[in-house]
Amino acid sequence: MKRGFLLMAAAGLLFAGCKSDKVVINVYNWGEYISDGTDGTLNVNKKFTEETGIKVNYTTFASNEEMYAKIKSNAADYDVIIPSDYMIGRMIEEGMLEKLNFENIPNASKIDSRFVKREYDPTGEYSVPYTWGTVGIIYNTKKVNEPVDSWNILWDEKYEDNILMFNNSRDAFAIACKKLGYSLNTTKKEELLAAAEELKKQKEVIQAYVMDEIFDKMQNGEAALAPYYAGDAITMIDGNPDLAFSVPKEGSNVFIDAMCIPKGSENKEAAEKYINFLCRTDIAKANIEFLGYSTPQTEVLEQLDEEIRNNPIIYPPQEVLDRCETMLSLPREAAQEMENLWIRVKL
Amino acid sequence: MTRVKALAAPYLLWVVLFTVIPCSLVVYFAFTNENGGFTLANFRDVPFYAPVFLKSLYLSLIATVICFLIAYPMGLILMKADLNAQRTVIMLVMLPMWMNFLLRTYAWMTLLENEGLINHFLELFGIGPFRMINTQGAVVLGMVYNYLPFMILPIYSVMVKINPALIEAAQDLGAGSLKVVSKIIFPLSIPGVVSGIIMVFVPSISTFIISRMLGGGSNMLIGDLIEMQFIGSVYNPYVGSAISLILMAVVFVCMGIINRFGGEKEGTLL
Repeated sequence: MKRGFLLMAAAGLLFAGCKSDKVVINVYNWGEYISDGTDGTLNVNKKFTEETGIKVNYTTFASNEEMYAKIKSNAADYDVIIPSDYMIGRMIEEGMLEKLNFENIPNASKIDSRFVKREYDPTGEYSVPYTWGTVGIIYNTKKVNEPVDSWNILWDEKYEDNILMFNNSRDAFAIACKKLGYSLNTTKKEELLAAAEELKKQKEVIQAYVMDEIFDKMQNGEAALAPYYAGDAITMIDGNPDLAFSVPKEGSNVFIDAMCIPKGSENKEAAEKYINFLCRTDIAKANIEFLGYSTPQTEVLEQLDEEIRNNPIIYPPQEVLDRCETMLSLPREAAQEMENLWIRVKL
Repeated sequence: MTRVKALAAPYLLWVVLFTVIPCSLVVYFAFTNENGGFTLANFRDVPFYAPVFLKSLYLSLIATVICFLIAYPMGLILMKADLNAQRTVIMLVMLPMWMNFLLRTYAWMTLLENEGLINHFLELFGIGPFRMINTQGAVVLGMVYNYLPFMILPIYSVMVKINPALIEAAQDLGAGSLKVVSKIIFPLSIPGVVSGIIMVFVPSISTFIISRMLGGGSNMLIGDLIEMQFIGSVYNPYVGSAISLILMAVVFVCMGIINRFGGEKEGTLL
């Protein structure tokens, strides 16, 4: 047993020795956010290594803020990261991202122009969109017998102890702001205070403040209503056909997750190769089929099954998107104010 | 002498790397502002967090008391049991610790949920459903469940070392079983009790994952508050360190009180 272990360790060393001249890129992405080969799907990272010889050291994060904290504190060097819109804006402001060399990323031209040069990256020099989607309400049709078309239902006493809510200040305030008809990027103190008041009222009917747990809890019928992302809603509805999804009429958040290269990347060219690879139509198609999120690439969209392409949850009509806003990076004072109010809500 | 010193070197290195340096960093950040200058501003908001501190203190004290009430009688029973039974029980106490902490807490979620296993079971008898998850009770339960072995093991290991002759002598001199426990066994088991209390109280007061998973996010504890400073919407390691420092002070004071209490008892005994 011990001998076997030693042999393996020796083999490992040898292996590592052989590989040392190979380029390794560190990719940092959301959890369960890439096609990884389960159930016969495409293993994107493995395929990339096979084609280019570049090894991918793939790690995941659970929130934009976790990713930011890790990079800000210089805890690790990454070559490719995939944060969301407002976080990209913040990292650009703070000079944490490299400008991309688009000569190495020709496939970036396949991205639908609706998704590039948005407010968070107005020149489009820092990021290449990976996926997008909306935030809406996922609900259990066995427990909710009325049409769900407004955020107000997440405040409804009828569903007391049956409602889940996002457990972070930014997403929770976005919902309260939209309910009140404000922009979700508001920095006005009185609007933030009003939103906090709403959230305090809502606390009375909330079962729990959760994030990823929403997935399991909604699928198991533990709660009637929760806000969540459209892409995951599709997976949840697959697992529990009683569930349905709706984007409220007051408007909501449309998010874009995009690929960036943080400052300090030692393999920028390899990182750009990786980004280009993820944008290649066949890879992007396999990837998006696995994820269930929405693709920003026109060609990929055309090649998707009709059933997916015409699904209004994943690809909502333009009038729904017109009601939605993308999150922007908030000035520090506003973010701090929001966080303090949030703690007060939860006390 | 030098050889003893050389043997201590790895431990010394370990302590410096993983205790002294991190603690110094916490102190440094707690008194630093964003530009690297000295400041006390990080402590300004701390009174505002007082309810969170009190709740953490309250819940972890309850958990510690419950652990003690379960572990102490168990120690007494084990002490008198035969060696094989002792081994089996201690094995059973340790068994859950072989599983991942998160996994065990997730299991409690599944058990306690409104549509969970316990409520479904009770439904068979027409009772319930009870609201168990997302309450303070669930948080305390999580603490007791996860940290109980840390109370049982030190109490048990002190108790089995008590010389049975002392107990027999007391009995010969006419002490009833209650008196034997209160005058002989308890004073002798105090070192185990003290380390048990510390080993349950300290992780309980600083936990964040138990309160988040079983407390539904609205039972915020100090641990959650500290986590929010690092991976919440505002990245603020300075305030996070200040709160950590205060937590360390609270724990230090509590340990001082417990140790003093234990020390005095031992002193009178000698």
